[in-house]
Parts: sequence; structure tokens; C-alpha cells
Amino acid sequence: MSEQIGNVWVFIEQEGGKIADVSLELVSKGTELAAKLGVDVEAVLLGSNVESCCATLFQYGCKTVYLADDPRLEPFTVLPFARVIMDLIREYKPNILLFGATMKGRELAPRIASEKLAGLTADCTDLRIDDFDDKVNKKFYKNKLMQIRPAFGGNIIATIVNTWDDPQMVTVREGVMKMAEPNPAATGKIVRVNVALTEEETVVKVIERIRQEKTVNLKGAQIIVAGGYGVGSKENFQLIRELAQVLGGEVGASRAAVDAGWIDHDHQVGQTGVTVRPKLYIACGISGSVQHCAGMSESKKIIAINTDPAAPIFSVAHYGIVGDLNQVIPMMIKAYKAKA
Amino acid sequence: MSYTIIVFVKQVPDTQNITGDAMKADGTVNRQALPAIFNPEDLNALELALQLKDRYQAKVTVATMGPPSAAEVLRDALCRGADDAVLLTDRAFAGADTLATSYALSRCARKIGRFDLILCGRQAIDGDTAQVGPQIAEKLHLPQISYVEEVLELTEKSVKARRAIEGGYEVLETPTPALFTVIDANEPRPKNAQRIMKFKKARTKSELTAAKTSTYIGSESVAEDLEKQAAKGLLIQEWSAADVEADPQRIGFAGSPTKVKQIQSVVLTAGDYKAVDATDTGVSNLIRELIEDHTLG
Repeated sequence: MSEQIGNVWVFIEQEGGKIADVSLELVSKGTELAAKLGVDVEAVLLGSNVESCCATLFQYGCKTVYLADDPRLEPFTVLPFARVIMDLIREYKPNILLFGATMKGRELAPRIASEKLAGLTADCTDLRIDDFDDKVNKKFYKNKLMQIRPAFGGNIIATIVNTWDDPQMVTVREGVMKMAEPNPAATGKIVRVNVALTEEETVVKVIERIRQEKTVNLKGAQIIVAGGYGVGSKENFQLIRELAQVLGGEVGASRAAVDAGWIDHDHQVGQTGVTVRPKLYIACGISGSVQHCAGMSESKKIIAINTDPAAPIFSVAHYGIVGDLNQVIPMMIKAYKAKA
Repeated sequence: MSYTIIVFVKQVPDTQNITGDAMKADGTVNRQALPAIFNPEDLNALELALQLKDRYQAKVTVATMGPPSAAEVLRDALCRGADDAVLLTDRAFAGADTLATSYALSRCARKIGRFDLILCGRQAIDGDTAQVGPQIAEKLHLPQISYVEEVLELTEKSVKARRAIEGGYEVLETPTPALFTVIDANEPRPKNAQRIMKFKKARTKSELTAAKTSTYIGSESVAEDLEKQAAKGLLIQEWSAADVEADPQRIGFAGSPTKVKQIQSVVLTAGDYKAVDATDTGVSNLIRELIEDHTLG
């Protein structure tokens, strides 16, 4: 009864034919998981006129792209996407199915998991293959996907296992998996998918759609200067921007600063914002909640500036300056201008 | 005509305001020490329902799955303007993951009967999964719209809503019945003083029974009490797994494909950071060090 296990699938998110970073991060991670299981990583690509994405997916490691190209799949709506992916799951029986924990991924994945009666773990920050010895139910599962995620407001890290039939489904946070180097010579196979939709699946109509590309690129930034509640006001955030500009970095923020309305949500770093790992992260007036630290603690160098020497941010910092950011930041600007 | 709206809500531990008392010596969370609150985005869902009740005519039924003490959020909802409340409670529901929870709530919706809309908060702050809403929609074969900010128009056959997307928004139209998940885009109204006076006395059957056994042995049976309470419009419906005809294999632990293998608490320990003086010399030396190791260009 040795049943062959299925492949590792990645749902590819694209907007206007541009693949989302998180999808390539997941192809990279999926390649690693697939190697461990002795299977292939494959992409599930839906949209209209998106065939040009396939080459990139092959370069990042996909052996196969299941391509559903149909005008009814643009723009993204949940019901048609869920139908197409559900049909593919039934036909090809993947072992693992990865989604980005984006707005699209987080509304699509649960719909599919519900129909498939599959387990789904949200917002994973790490994935591993391991055995699961379920002592409570006296069952042993070999080579399962360990789905690791923060829970309870980020205060605990839970490892979850799906014990029912495949696929094992997860959504994964953006920016936490490393993108591999593409191999320009790699190629693969395109499997064209016949898109069969019923009337029931096309009832939701998009009347209007207004969208702008993000102007902030925190994930790609090498240097981030971030401000928190200690910055004190919207006007004072100018100081953060100034330091970022001088150092050639991006501006980040804690949730407290975003909630106070001092800066836009696009700048938010942490569990409900973006996960970053720049070369340098300067945390100014950020106390360092578990949620914030979860999004930046893997930065190569962290400088914390805070008036409170007991602030938890110092526990993840490499350099700590106990002092008033209104004095320290101008000193930094001055010192950098003098040396650079 | 009058619309029927179901709002699913959850009572959650207040994970956003974890204070010193809530952390045990070993760094783990002491759930008991956290106050139980109305899940924030469920209040937004309730507010949206109440706005629809104000604009059109609608009956708003609030329902929750949880322990008997979760009746508190239902009383809260009644005080804000909900018309009816249902507590889905049964030991058999314990240990449910999102799949088993959505199944139980879908059974609850079926028992409530005909409805035009189901509204849920996008996600609960104890798990942050945002999965239960879409999964209820699938179980009931309803179209779903996630991240709803406001309803633009509700008619007998369809509903038009504005919802957030990455980097912008969409206006979507769907036939009813439909399910929406709602985000923090409105200001939930406070409890109404007159309604507080009335609904602070709203009770579930469990609460009535407990009160009776703890105070005195009255001559009236619980059944009579229930009848009286219901006649005053102060009975919070209480349904078990059997009441909603839930398949025992699909609820609670048995109905949950995901199992927790391990829990680790996040303990931020004091790290060895290099202290830098908040002086020109201190900062200047730091900047030089960062330039020398190529952190700064």
C-alpha cells in the first residue's frame, strides 16, 4: 500500500502579469521541501494572458506550471479561483499546497480548505518536514509538514500538523522565506487547464477597482529607519524620514505609530505589517512589542534608540542608545554627513 | 420588506493589551489573567449590521460559539442594538480548529433559518487566522466578500459593497444571501443606555438554571422561568450540538484536521547589545564602525 506522495504546489499570485514576491519566496521554500520529500515543486497560475510568467517560475525551480488562462479569471475573485484550484487538487492530488498570506491568499485558501475538508494553517513563519508522533491518538505520521506560526498575539509560537488527507495547506507570511537565485537555464512543462465555471461561481461582479502599486518597498530595503510611539507626533516623524533619506533607506513604523495616524500602514513592520531583514534597522522610540520584534529581529544589525533602558527592543538590538531620539538622530545625521 | 442579518461574533482574551500579570514566571501567557472582550472586528461587523437596520429594516441576530460565559458578548450586542441572540455551546465543540468551527456555525445559521446576509469580523485577535468567515461561506454555498468596509446598497436580490484590496479598493456586487467579513472601517456605536437597563437582565438557560440552584429552591420550575424570560424578550437562545443537528464527527477535536504538535512561548531575553553613549562622540564612533563594516555605504 505504498502510495506515492504528491508534489508540492505553490499558488502563484500575480497582478497584471507581475508575480508577487511572496509567490517566488514560496517556490524557493517549496523547492527545499520537495527535495526533502523526493517530489517536485509545481506552480498553479491563474489569470488572463499570464503565460509569460511561466518562464520565471521555471527559473525559480518549478518543474510544472498548471496554467489556467481565461478572461473570467481577471481580476481576481474568490469563487472562480477556488473552483479551478479545487478541480486541480482532485485531479493531481498534491501533498502540500502553499499560499502567500496576502489579502488574496487569506480569502482564497480557507474557501478551498473548507470544500476539500483539509486542514489549513494561517500566517506561517516557518515550514519544515518532520515526523509527527501523535501520542494522544496513538498515531505516527511520517514526513509531515510542520506548520510553524505565531499565535495568541505573537506571544506563542505553535507547530501545527495536518493529520487528515492531503493536501496539507498553509498560508505563509510575506518576506519570511528567502528567495532563491533564479537559474536562467531552467525550463519546465506547462499544463493547460480547462477552466470550467458554472453560473454559481461567476455571480460576484467587480463594479469598480482602484489600485495603486505600493510606493514603499520595505522588504527590498537594505536600511530601514523606523519610528514608534516614542516619536511623539506626526511632525516629529519628519526626523525619521530625514535620517532614512540621508542613509539611503526606507521609513518603517511600529503599529502604535500607524494607529496614531502619524504614518501610513504601508510602512508598518511587524506581525500585522511587513516582515523585514535589512542590513541595518534603526528602531527609534519603539518599545519592541513581541509583534514588532517578530517582523524585524532577523535584521543583520539593529540599533535601538529609546529613553527607557528597560524597553524590550534592547533585547533584540546589537547597539543600544539610551537617550532622546530628538537629540540622537541629529547627531547621527551630522556624524554620517561628516564621514561619508 | 425586512431583511434578516446574522452576525457571528466571538469572545476572545485581550491579547493586544498583555500586561505583566498576564505573563507567568516561565514566560508563557496566563490566559485566565487576560480580560475576555468582544473581538474588535466583530464589533465592526455588528455595527455594519446595525447601520443596515437603520437604513433599511432588518432583524439582526447575533450568534456565538463558546463556553456559557460567552453569553456576555451577546448581552453586549443586545445593548448595542441587536434584536436576537444565540449561544452555541456544548462540550462537544471544544478543541475545534477553524474547519470544525465553521461547520458548527454553518449548522447554527441553518437553524436560524432564512437570512439575507451573514456578517463576521475578518479575524479574531486570539488566532488571527481570518479563516472561519470564508469557510462558513463555503459550507453554506454562499458567495463571500472579504475585507468589507461598507455596504453601498442592499436590495431584495443583491448587495453592493466596497471592500479593501491590496493597495486600494473594489466595489463588488453579489446576489444575496451572501457572507461578508468586515474590517475595522467603521466606528462601533456604544451601548444604548435604555437598552442596557433592559438587556442587562437577558439570560441564557444555563445562567437561569445556575442562578436558581445557587440562590433558593423556588416553587417555579426552570421551564416556567424560561417562559417568563422569553415573554419579556430577555431569553438568549442556547443551542447544543444536537439542537443544530451537527454531525459529532465534524465538530470539536474529532472534526479538526489540524493538531498542535508543540507550543513555545516567545520570551524576549536580555541580549548582549553594545551600549552606545548618547553623545556626539558615542554616535560618531558607532557611525564609523558601521561604515567600516560596510553596513552603511
